[in-house]
Amino acid sequence: MANVLVNAPKTARKGDMVEIKALIMHPMETGFRAGTNGRIIPRNIIEHFSATWNGAEVFRMDFSPAIAANPFVSFFAVATESGTIQFRWTGDEGFVAEHQVAIKVT
Amino acid sequence: MERRAFLAGLAVTLLPFAAEATPEAMAAAIKQVTGDAPVRAGKVTLDIPPLVENGNTVPLTVTVDSPMTEADHVRAIHVFNEKNPQPHVFDARLSPRNGKAAVATRIKLADAQKVVAIAETSKGEFFSASADVIVTIAACIEDIT
Repeated sequence: MANVLVNAPKTARKGDMVEIKALIMHPMETGFRAGTNGRIIPRNIIEHFSATWNGAEVFRMDFSPAIAANPFVSFFAVATESGTIQFRWTGDEGFVAEHQVAIKVT
Repeated sequence: MERRAFLAGLAVTLLPFAAEATPEAMAAAIKQVTGDAPVRAGKVTLDIPPLVENGNTVPLTVTVDSPMTEADHVRAIHVFNEKNPQPHVFDARLSPRNGKAAVATRIKLADAQKVVAIAETSKGEFFSASADVIVTIAACIEDIT
Protein backbone atom coordinates (compact mmCIF):
# COMPACT_ATOMS: atom_id res chain seq x y z
CA MET A 1 0.00 0.00 0.00
CA ALA A 2 1.32 3.27 -1.04
CA ASN A 3 1.77 6.16 1.30
CA VAL A 4 -1.22 8.48 1.10
CA LEU A 5 -1.85 11.81 2.75
CA VAL A 6 -5.34 13.29 2.56
CA ASN A 7 -6.37 16.61 4.02
CA ALA A 8 -10.13 17.10 4.31
CA PRO A 9 -12.17 18.72 7.08
CA LYS A 10 -13.64 16.31 9.64
CA THR A 11 -16.80 18.36 10.02
CA ALA A 12 -18.66 20.69 7.71
CA ARG A 13 -21.96 22.47 7.50
CA LYS A 14 -24.48 21.19 4.98
CA GLY A 15 -24.06 23.06 1.72
CA ASP A 16 -20.56 24.27 2.54
CA MET A 17 -17.78 23.98 0.01
CA VAL A 18 -14.90 21.97 1.40
CA GLU A 19 -11.43 21.81 -0.06
CA ILE A 20 -9.98 18.32 -0.32
CA LYS A 21 -6.27 17.75 -0.85
CA ALA A 22 -4.79 14.39 -1.69
CA LEU A 23 -1.13 13.44 -1.96
CA ILE A 24 0.27 10.03 -2.82
CA MET A 25 3.80 8.69 -2.94
CA HIS A 26 4.64 7.55 -6.47
CA PRO A 27 7.69 8.01 -8.77
CA MET A 28 5.60 9.01 -11.86
CA GLU A 29 8.38 7.73 -14.14
CA THR A 30 7.72 9.30 -17.54
CA GLY A 31 9.18 6.65 -19.83
CA PHE A 32 11.22 9.33 -21.60
CA ARG A 33 14.28 9.26 -19.38
CA ALA A 34 17.40 7.15 -19.85
CA GLY A 35 19.11 5.57 -16.87
CA THR A 36 22.88 5.48 -16.29
CA ASN A 37 23.16 2.45 -18.59
CA GLY A 38 21.65 4.49 -21.43
CA ARG A 39 18.50 2.43 -21.57
CA ILE A 40 15.09 4.06 -21.30
CA ILE A 41 13.46 3.57 -17.91
CA PRO A 42 10.01 2.08 -18.57
CA ARG A 43 6.99 4.27 -17.92
CA ASN A 44 5.35 3.86 -14.54
CA ILE A 45 2.69 6.45 -13.78
CA ILE A 46 -0.64 6.79 -12.04
CA GLU A 47 -3.25 7.19 -14.77
CA HIS A 48 -6.49 7.78 -12.90
CA PHE A 49 -7.56 9.43 -9.68
CA SER A 50 -11.11 9.57 -8.42
CA ALA A 51 -12.97 10.64 -5.31
CA THR A 52 -16.41 9.39 -4.30
CA TRP A 53 -18.62 10.73 -1.51
CA ASN A 54 -20.77 7.92 -0.08
CA GLY A 55 -20.43 6.11 -3.38
CA ALA A 56 -21.25 9.07 -5.65
CA GLU A 57 -18.36 10.32 -7.73
CA VAL A 58 -17.47 13.94 -6.99
CA PHE A 59 -14.16 14.30 -8.84
CA ARG A 60 -12.14 12.41 -11.41
CA MET A 61 -8.83 13.21 -13.04
CA ASP A 62 -6.71 11.51 -15.71
CA PHE A 63 -2.99 12.02 -15.31
CA SER A 64 -0.28 12.07 -17.96
CA PRO A 65 3.48 11.66 -17.47
CA ALA A 66 3.60 15.47 -17.08
CA ILE A 67 2.21 15.24 -13.54
CA ALA A 68 5.04 15.65 -11.03
CA ALA A 69 6.29 12.77 -8.90
CA ASN A 70 4.22 12.18 -5.75
CA PRO A 71 1.04 13.53 -7.36
CA PHE A 72 -0.83 16.19 -5.44
CA VAL A 73 -4.41 17.11 -6.27
CA SER A 74 -6.68 19.66 -4.65
CA PHE A 75 -10.35 20.16 -5.49
CA PHE A 76 -13.62 21.31 -3.94
CA ALA A 77 -16.81 19.47 -3.06
CA VAL A 78 -20.15 20.51 -1.61
CA ALA A 79 -20.84 18.89 1.75
CA THR A 80 -24.14 17.04 1.29
CA GLU A 81 -24.32 14.34 3.95
CA SER A 82 -22.20 12.65 6.59
CA GLY A 83 -20.27 9.62 5.51
CA THR A 84 -17.00 8.66 3.91
CA ILE A 85 -14.99 10.14 1.09
CA GLN A 86 -13.18 7.41 -0.78
CA PHE A 87 -10.09 8.05 -2.90
CA ARG A 88 -8.74 5.70 -5.51
CA TRP A 89 -5.60 5.88 -7.63
CA THR A 90 -4.86 3.38 -10.40
CA GLY A 91 -1.96 3.20 -12.80
CA ASP A 92 0.70 1.27 -14.68
CA GLU A 93 1.94 -2.12 -13.52
CA GLY A 94 -1.33 -2.84 -11.77
CA PHE A 95 -0.93 0.01 -9.30
CA VAL A 96 -4.00 0.47 -7.08
CA ALA A 97 -4.22 2.55 -3.92
CA GLU A 98 -7.28 3.38 -1.87
CA HIS A 99 -7.88 5.63 1.06
CA GLN A 100 -10.95 6.88 2.88
CA VAL A 101 -11.75 9.62 5.34
CA ALA A 102 -14.87 10.22 7.40
CA ILE A 103 -16.71 13.53 7.33
CA LYS A 104 -19.53 14.69 9.56
CA VAL A 105 -22.01 17.10 8.01
CA THR A 106 -24.32 19.05 10.29
CA MET B 1 27.97 11.70 -54.23
CA GLU B 2 24.79 9.71 -54.03
CA ARG B 3 25.74 8.40 -50.62
CA ARG B 4 26.40 11.92 -49.37
CA ALA B 5 23.02 13.10 -50.60
CA PHE B 6 21.41 10.09 -48.96
CA LEU B 7 23.05 10.84 -45.62
CA ALA B 8 22.08 14.49 -45.79
CA GLY B 9 18.53 13.46 -46.54
CA LEU B 10 18.59 11.00 -43.65
CA ALA B 11 19.78 13.69 -41.24
CA VAL B 12 17.00 16.02 -42.35
CA THR B 13 14.30 13.37 -42.00
CA LEU B 14 15.52 12.24 -38.58
CA LEU B 15 15.71 15.68 -37.03
CA PRO B 16 12.01 16.43 -36.72
CA PHE B 17 11.50 13.22 -34.75
CA ALA B 18 13.15 14.57 -31.64
CA ALA B 19 10.97 13.57 -28.67
CA GLU B 20 9.14 16.82 -28.12
CA ALA B 21 5.62 18.04 -28.52
CA THR B 22 5.37 21.11 -30.73
CA PRO B 23 2.94 24.00 -30.78
CA GLU B 24 1.27 22.11 -33.65
CA ALA B 25 1.02 18.94 -31.56
CA MET B 26 -0.56 20.97 -28.78
CA ALA B 27 -3.02 22.53 -31.20
CA ALA B 28 -3.92 19.06 -32.48
CA ALA B 29 -4.41 17.76 -28.93
CA ILE B 30 -6.64 20.73 -28.11
CA LYS B 31 -8.61 20.14 -31.31
CA GLN B 32 -9.25 16.55 -30.19
CA VAL B 33 -10.97 17.91 -27.09
CA THR B 34 -12.84 20.87 -28.55
CA GLY B 35 -13.68 19.51 -31.99
CA ASP B 36 -14.83 22.35 -34.21
CA ALA B 37 -16.31 24.41 -31.38
CA PRO B 38 -14.73 27.86 -30.96
CA VAL B 39 -12.46 28.40 -27.95
CA ARG B 40 -12.89 31.80 -26.34
CA ALA B 41 -10.50 33.53 -24.00
CA GLY B 42 -11.72 34.45 -20.53
CA LYS B 43 -13.49 32.92 -17.50
CA VAL B 44 -10.47 30.67 -16.88
CA THR B 45 -7.66 31.68 -14.53
CA LEU B 46 -4.42 29.77 -14.90
CA ASP B 47 -2.20 30.36 -11.93
CA ILE B 48 1.38 29.21 -12.51
CA PRO B 49 4.67 30.92 -11.56
CA PRO B 50 6.17 32.81 -14.54
CA LEU B 51 9.72 31.85 -13.58
CA VAL B 52 10.38 28.34 -12.34
CA GLU B 53 13.68 27.10 -11.04
CA ASN B 54 12.92 23.40 -11.04
CA GLY B 55 10.77 22.03 -13.84
CA ASN B 56 10.20 18.76 -11.96
CA THR B 57 7.52 20.24 -9.73
CA VAL B 58 5.65 23.30 -10.89
CA PRO B 59 2.54 24.23 -8.89
CA LEU B 60 -0.45 24.97 -11.07
CA THR B 61 -3.99 26.06 -10.23
CA VAL B 62 -6.85 26.36 -12.68
CA THR B 63 -9.96 28.23 -11.56
CA VAL B 64 -13.02 28.79 -13.72
CA ASP B 65 -15.62 31.47 -13.13
CA SER B 66 -18.83 29.42 -13.10
CA PRO B 67 -21.96 29.22 -10.90
CA MET B 68 -21.59 25.39 -10.91
CA THR B 69 -25.34 24.77 -11.01
CA GLU B 70 -27.08 21.90 -12.76
CA ALA B 71 -27.92 24.20 -15.67
CA ASP B 72 -24.53 25.87 -16.00
CA HIS B 73 -21.41 24.19 -14.74
CA VAL B 74 -17.91 23.30 -15.83
CA ARG B 75 -17.81 19.73 -17.07
CA ALA B 76 -14.06 19.38 -17.55
CA ILE B 77 -10.75 21.17 -17.23
CA HIS B 78 -7.96 20.18 -19.60
CA VAL B 79 -4.36 21.37 -19.42
CA PHE B 80 -1.89 21.21 -22.30
CA ASN B 81 1.74 22.17 -22.85
CA GLU B 82 3.91 22.99 -25.82
CA LYS B 83 7.29 21.37 -25.31
CA ASN B 84 7.08 18.34 -23.04
CA PRO B 85 7.40 15.00 -24.87
CA GLN B 86 3.58 14.82 -24.91
CA PRO B 87 1.12 17.71 -25.16
CA HIS B 88 -1.32 16.38 -22.51
CA VAL B 89 -0.96 17.31 -18.86
CA PHE B 90 -4.27 16.31 -17.27
CA ASP B 91 -8.03 16.08 -17.74
CA ALA B 92 -10.19 16.73 -14.70
CA ARG B 93 -13.92 15.93 -14.69
CA LEU B 94 -16.18 18.16 -12.61
CA SER B 95 -19.87 18.34 -11.77
CA PRO B 96 -22.20 20.62 -9.75
CA ARG B 97 -21.13 18.52 -6.74
CA ASN B 98 -17.85 20.44 -6.72
CA GLY B 99 -19.46 23.79 -5.94
CA LYS B 100 -16.40 25.56 -7.25
CA ALA B 101 -14.52 24.87 -10.47
CA ALA B 102 -10.96 24.82 -9.20
CA VAL B 103 -8.21 22.23 -9.49
CA ALA B 104 -4.66 22.45 -8.20
CA THR B 105 -1.79 20.06 -8.82
CA ARG B 106 1.94 19.97 -9.55
CA ILE B 107 3.29 19.34 -13.01
CA LYS B 108 6.59 18.74 -14.86
CA LEU B 109 7.86 21.13 -17.51
CA ALA B 110 10.69 20.10 -19.84
CA ASP B 111 11.48 23.57 -21.14
CA ALA B 112 10.46 27.21 -21.06
CA GLN B 113 7.10 27.09 -22.77
CA LYS B 114 3.44 28.00 -22.95
CA VAL B 115 0.84 26.17 -20.85
CA VAL B 116 -2.81 26.25 -21.87
CA ALA B 117 -5.88 25.47 -19.74
CA ILE B 118 -9.23 24.79 -21.39
CA ALA B 119 -12.57 24.59 -19.60
CA GLU B 120 -15.54 22.78 -21.09
CA THR B 121 -18.93 23.94 -19.83
CA SER B 122 -22.19 21.99 -19.63
CA LYS B 123 -23.48 24.12 -22.50
CA GLY B 124 -20.69 22.83 -24.73
CA GLU B 125 -18.74 26.07 -24.73
CA PHE B 126 -14.96 26.22 -24.38
CA PHE B 127 -12.96 28.87 -22.59
CA SER B 128 -9.20 29.06 -22.32
CA ALA B 129 -6.31 30.78 -20.61
CA SER B 130 -2.62 30.47 -21.27
CA ALA B 131 0.59 31.37 -19.49
CA ASP B 132 4.24 31.51 -20.49
CA VAL B 133 6.62 29.85 -18.08
CA ILE B 134 10.40 30.14 -18.01
CA VAL B 135 12.11 27.03 -16.63
CA THR B 136 15.76 27.07 -15.59
CA ILE B 137 16.21 23.38 -14.67
CA ALA B 138 14.16 21.21 -17.02
CA ALA B 139 12.36 18.03 -16.06
CA CYS B 140 12.53 14.74 -17.99
CA ILE B 141 15.96 15.10 -19.57
CA GLU B 142 18.32 14.68 -16.66
CA ASP B 143 20.06 11.39 -15.94
CA ILE B 144 19.12 9.66 -12.75
CA THR B 145 21.87 8.17 -10.68
